[in-house]
Amino acid sequence: MPESFPISGTISGNRALQIEEPLIFELGSDGRLGVDLPDPAPVDEDRLAGCRRQGRIGLPDLSEPQVVRHYTRLSQKNYGIDTGFYPLGSCTMKHNPRLSEKMARLPGLADLHPFQPQKTVQGALEVIDSLAGWLKDLTGMPAVAMSPAAGAHGEWCGLMAIRAYHEDHGQGHRRRVLVPESAHGTNPASAAMCGFTVDPIPARDNGRVDVDALKAKLGDDVACIMVTNPNTCGLFEDEIIEIARATHAAGAFFYCDGANFNAIVGRVRVADLGVDTMHINLHKTFSTPHGGGGPGAGPTVLSDKLAPYAPLPFVVHGEGGLRLVEHVAEAGGAKPFGRMKGYHGQFGVFVRALAYIMSMGSDGLRQASTDAVLNANYLLARLSDVLTPSFDGPCMHECLFDDRFLKDTGVTTLDFAKAMIDEGYHPMTMYFPLVVHGALLMEPTETESKETLDAFVEVVRGLAFKARSGAAADDFKSAPRYTPRRRLDETLAARTPVLRWKPGANATAQAAE
Amino acid sequence: MRYLPHTDADRRHMLRAIGVADVDALFRDVPDSARLDKPLDLPRHQGEMEVERAFARMAMKNLSAGCAPFFIGAGVYRHHIPAAVDQLLTRGEFLTSYTPYQPEVSQGTLQYLFEFQTQVAILTGMDVANASMYDGATACAEAAVMACRVTKRRKVILSGSLHPHYRSTTETALQYTDMKTDLLAPDPMGMEDLIGRVDSQTACVIVQNPGFFGGIKDLTPLADACHADGALLVVAVADPVSLGLVAPPGAMGADIVVGEGQSLGVGLGFGGPGLGLFATRDRYVRQMPGRLAGQTADIDGKRGYVLTLSTREQHIRREKATSNICTNSGLCALAFTMHLTLLGETGLTRLAEINHANAVRLEQKLRRIKGARVLQRSYFNEFALYLGDEVDAAVVVDRLADKGVLGGVPAARFYPDYEELVPVLILAATETNSESDMDALVAAIEECL
Amino acid sequence: MSEMRFTKDHEWVRVEGGVGAVGITEYAQHALGDVVFVDLPAAGKVLAQGGEAAVVESVKAASEVYSPVSGTVTEANAALEDRPGLVNEAAESDGWFFKLTLSDPGELADMMDRAAYDAYVKDLD
Repeated sequence: MPESFPISGTISGNRALQIEEPLIFELGSDGRLGVDLPDPAPVDEDRLAGCRRQGRIGLPDLSEPQVVRHYTRLSQKNYGIDTGFYPLGSCTMKHNPRLSEKMARLPGLADLHPFQPQKTVQGALEVIDSLAGWLKDLTGMPAVAMSPAAGAHGEWCGLMAIRAYHEDHGQGHRRRVLVPESAHGTNPASAAMCGFTVDPIPARDNGRVDVDALKAKLGDDVACIMVTNPNTCGLFEDEIIEIARATHAAGAFFYCDGANFNAIVGRVRVADLGVDTMHINLHKTFSTPHGGGGPGAGPTVLSDKLAPYAPLPFVVHGEGGLRLVEHVAEAGGAKPFGRMKGYHGQFGVFVRALAYIMSMGSDGLRQASTDAVLNANYLLARLSDVLTPSFDGPCMHECLFDDRFLKDTGVTTLDFAKAMIDEGYHPMTMYFPLVVHGALLMEPTETESKETLDAFVEVVRGLAFKARSGAAADDFKSAPRYTPRRRLDETLAARTPVLRWKPGANATAQAAE
Repeated sequence: MRYLPHTDADRRHMLRAIGVADVDALFRDVPDSARLDKPLDLPRHQGEMEVERAFARMAMKNLSAGCAPFFIGAGVYRHHIPAAVDQLLTRGEFLTSYTPYQPEVSQGTLQYLFEFQTQVAILTGMDVANASMYDGATACAEAAVMACRVTKRRKVILSGSLHPHYRSTTETALQYTDMKTDLLAPDPMGMEDLIGRVDSQTACVIVQNPGFFGGIKDLTPLADACHADGALLVVAVADPVSLGLVAPPGAMGADIVVGEGQSLGVGLGFGGPGLGLFATRDRYVRQMPGRLAGQTADIDGKRGYVLTLSTREQHIRREKATSNICTNSGLCALAFTMHLTLLGETGLTRLAEINHANAVRLEQKLRRIKGARVLQRSYFNEFALYLGDEVDAAVVVDRLADKGVLGGVPAARFYPDYEELVPVLILAATETNSESDMDALVAAIEECL
Repeated sequence: MSEMRFTKDHEWVRVEGGVGAVGITEYAQHALGDVVFVDLPAAGKVLAQGGEAAVVESVKAASEVYSPVSGTVTEANAALEDRPGLVNEAAESDGWFFKLTLSDPGELADMMDRAAYDAYVKDLD
C-alpha cells in the first residue's frame, strides 16, 4: 500500500487508456538490446584514421517489448484521420488507402537503390513515368518536374524555372512577384529564395484577388504572379482567365499554387486557365499519408515555355527503354536550372499516389472532387445560420467562417476549436487565411459520409449556441479537459526553449513528484 | 468506388439541403471555357486486385536489392530494419495525422520529435537538432544559407569530399541569390587543401565525413582555421551508422551538422523519401530552418511538448523566414527514432563495428584482383576502388548486373567530365553482406575485367 | 525625466543629454501579447530614421521595430535577453530596447507627443 494517495484522481496519474509515458531516455538500462546482432569479426587494425569515437554515445538501451509499448502509447496520444473527422482547412485530411501502403512495401519497389544500373530499375522508372503521364493529363500541361519533395519545394521549382527563363531571355531584371495577401506563407518565402521581392495584392470584398489592383501592379519588372486557385478562402477565382491574360500581356508568368487542386481534378484542367506552372501536393490531392508532417511530394507541371528549364533528373523514353537523365550533357539541349534534392524524387510517395490514381480512375477522381465540393457546401449550408460565413455564394472544397458569431461572448476562435477537441473532433484551421478576422476554415473532404457530417454539424451548432448563451465563456476557456494534456504554455516554451532531453534536466515540477 | 461513402440518395439529399439543383451549380464560378463536362478520356477506376496486379508487373521489372549480392552506397545505404519499426509506423494515429499544430491531440508526434531531436543532437555531438528536412542534400543547402545568415558573409566553400548531389543541390539553391559557391574538384584521394582556401570572406566550409569517396578525417584543424577567420564549419554525414564508431562532427568543432537519416528505419526506397538531419549549436538556434519541438507544461503543470520558435518559419515570417520548408519528413523521422531506440547505445556501437569489419574484410578480398586498389587508407563502410588502368567501371558494373550482382556505383555516373574517375568504383559494405556475397562480388568482378 | 516622442508604428524615444532610449509603447506590447524574444541591434550600428532596428517576437508573430530617429546605437538592453517579458511588464520604462546618440535631434520636432499619440491610438480602436 502506498503511504499516501490522492483523494481524487489516480495514484499513477494514468487515466485508463491514457497512460503517462516517459521519454526513452528515462526508460533505458545499459546493456539491453532491441535487436540481435552477431559479434563483429575481429579487425586487426581499424581504418578509422585515428578518429574512433571516445567514450559513450549517450543513447539509452531498451528491449523490443519496451519499444513497442512506448510507441504504441505515444500513438494513442495522437488524433489521426483514422481516429475521426479532421476538417483541417487547406490541409486535405482525407482517407489514406491501405492498398497504397501495401504497394509501396512490395520489395520490388521498396528495396531498390537509386544508383542501381538503370536496366535493373525499369519498373521503377515506369512508376515515375506513369504518374507523370497522369499528372500531365489531369492538368493539361505538357511537362512535369517530378523531383520536388513537398508543396513549398514545388513552389521553389516553378519559380526557379521562371527565373531561369527570364535570365535566358534577357529579362533578368524581372524580380518582382505579386502575391495575394491571402496566400500561404510558403509563397513569399519561396519567392525570396529565388532572389525575388514580394509585392502583396489586396483581396476584394468577395474574397477574390482584386484584379484591378493586380493589373496596376503589373510592369516590366514583374517576374510572375503567384495565385492559389481555388484560393485559400475556398473560392474559385472567377476572373482567373483575365488574370492570366493580363499577366502574360505584361511579359510575366502565372504560377498557380496547386494546394487546392483536389477541388477541381477531373472538372478543370489548369492549362485551360492560362497557368504556366503549378505544384501538386500528392499528399493532399492524391491521398498519400501526411505522417505527422511528411513526407510529401510536390511534382510541378510546366508549360512549353518553362519545360526546358525543368530540374534534373527526369525520365525520358529511350531506345532500350526508360532512361534517367542525370546531367545537363544528356538533357538533349534542355537547360535544366539545376538539382533540387538528392536522387530521383519522393519515389515512395509516387507509388502510393499512383496506386490511388489507378484505383480511382478518371471517373473516380472527378467524383472525388465533386463530392469534396458537395461536402463543403453542405457544411456551409447547415452552419450558415449559426456561424458567420465570410463570403456569399457556393464555396469549393472548403468553407470559411469568421468570428463575428462570437462577438461579445468572451469566446475566441481558439477557445471554440479547443472545445471541439473535447467533443472528439480535430479542429478546423484557425486564424488562416489572414484576410478575415478570427478565421475558421473547414475542409471536410470527399471521404466523409453524410452521417459523419450530420453529427459534426449538430456538435458545432450546439457549441455555437452554448457560446452565444453568454454563460459559458469560462467553460470554453478551460477546454480541452479530456485530452492527454490540456492547454500548453507556448510562451514558456518560446521564452526558455528546451529542445532536447539532458540528464536530470527535463522534469517539470509536477512530473518530478 | 471504395473510398467514397456517398450514395446517390445522399448526394440528392445534400443538394436539396444546399438548395441547388445539381452539383454543376456549385462550380458556377468556373469559367465556361474551362469546364469539363465529362470525365477525361483516361482509364476508369479499378479494384484492389487489378491495381495489385499492375504493380506486381512493374515490381517484377526491377532487380531488388535483397535478391542480389549488393554493394551500393554513395549516400543511400542498405541496413537491416527491425520488423517492429514498420509494424509500429503503420499505426493510423502516426500515419494519418497532420503536422502537430494542435498540441493537445498531438502529444505522440511531439514527444517522438523531441526524442528524435535529442538522439540526433547526441549522435552528432551537437547541442540541438530540428525535426527534419527533406533529405541530406536539401539540409546541406539550408546549412549554406544559414551560415551566410549567421556570418553575414556570402562565400560558401564546397569540398570535393561532399556528395555530388549535395553539391549540386547547394549550388542550385544559391545560384539566384547574392551568395556564391567555391567548388572544389572531386577528391577521390582525400588530398585537397581546404584550410588554405578559408579567408575573411568565407561564410562556411562544407565537408563530408566520412567523405563521398570513403575517407575519414580529423576535422579539428579545419574547424580551428574556419573559426580563426570567423567562418563556420558545416559537416555532412551520409550514413549515421558511422557515428556509432567514428568521432562525431561536434567533437571536431563543427558548427552545423547535416546528414541523411535514411540508413536508420527508412530503407532504400529508390532514394526517396529521405530524411534530412540538421543540428547546430545553441547560439545559432534562432537562425535554424525547420520545425522544432520543445518541452513545456500544460495548465495543470504536467510536462508536455509543443512546436516552438515558430517565428523563424514561413507561416509567420513569410518572405523573411529562415526557409520555405513546411511539410518535412515527419514519418521518416519516426522510423529513424524507432530504429535507433531499438539499437540503443549497445546496438548502434555493435552495428557500426560490424559494418567496419565487413568493409575491411571486403577490401582484403578485393586485393586478389590484379591492378585494383582502394584509393584511401581510411574508411568506415565504403571506399573507392581503382579497378586498373584502361578499365571503365561503368562497363564492369553493367556486366555485374547481368550476372545478378549489384556491385557498386561507377564514380563517373556522378562526374562524367572527369576522365581520371572512369576506372573508379564506389563500393559499400554493411551488416547485410555475408561472406558469400563478398566472394560472389570479387569473383564476378574478376570475370568482368 | 524628459518628454517622450512617439511614432505611428508605436515606437517611443526619450532623449536625455543627446542620447535617446527607444522602446515600443504600452499599446504595442498589448497588441503583441506575451513577448518571447527581442532581437536587438549591436552597439555601433548606424540607424536611419524609420529604418529597421530590432525585431520583437511573440509566440505567433514577429514584428519589425523601426528606429524613431537617426543615430548610432550605444547600448542594447541586456536585461531583455533573459527577461523578454519586461517588454510586457514595463514597455515604456525598463523594457526599453536600445539607446542611441542622435545624429539629427531636429527629427524629434515632427514626432507626436504623449497627448497626440494617445489621441492617435484612441482613433485606432
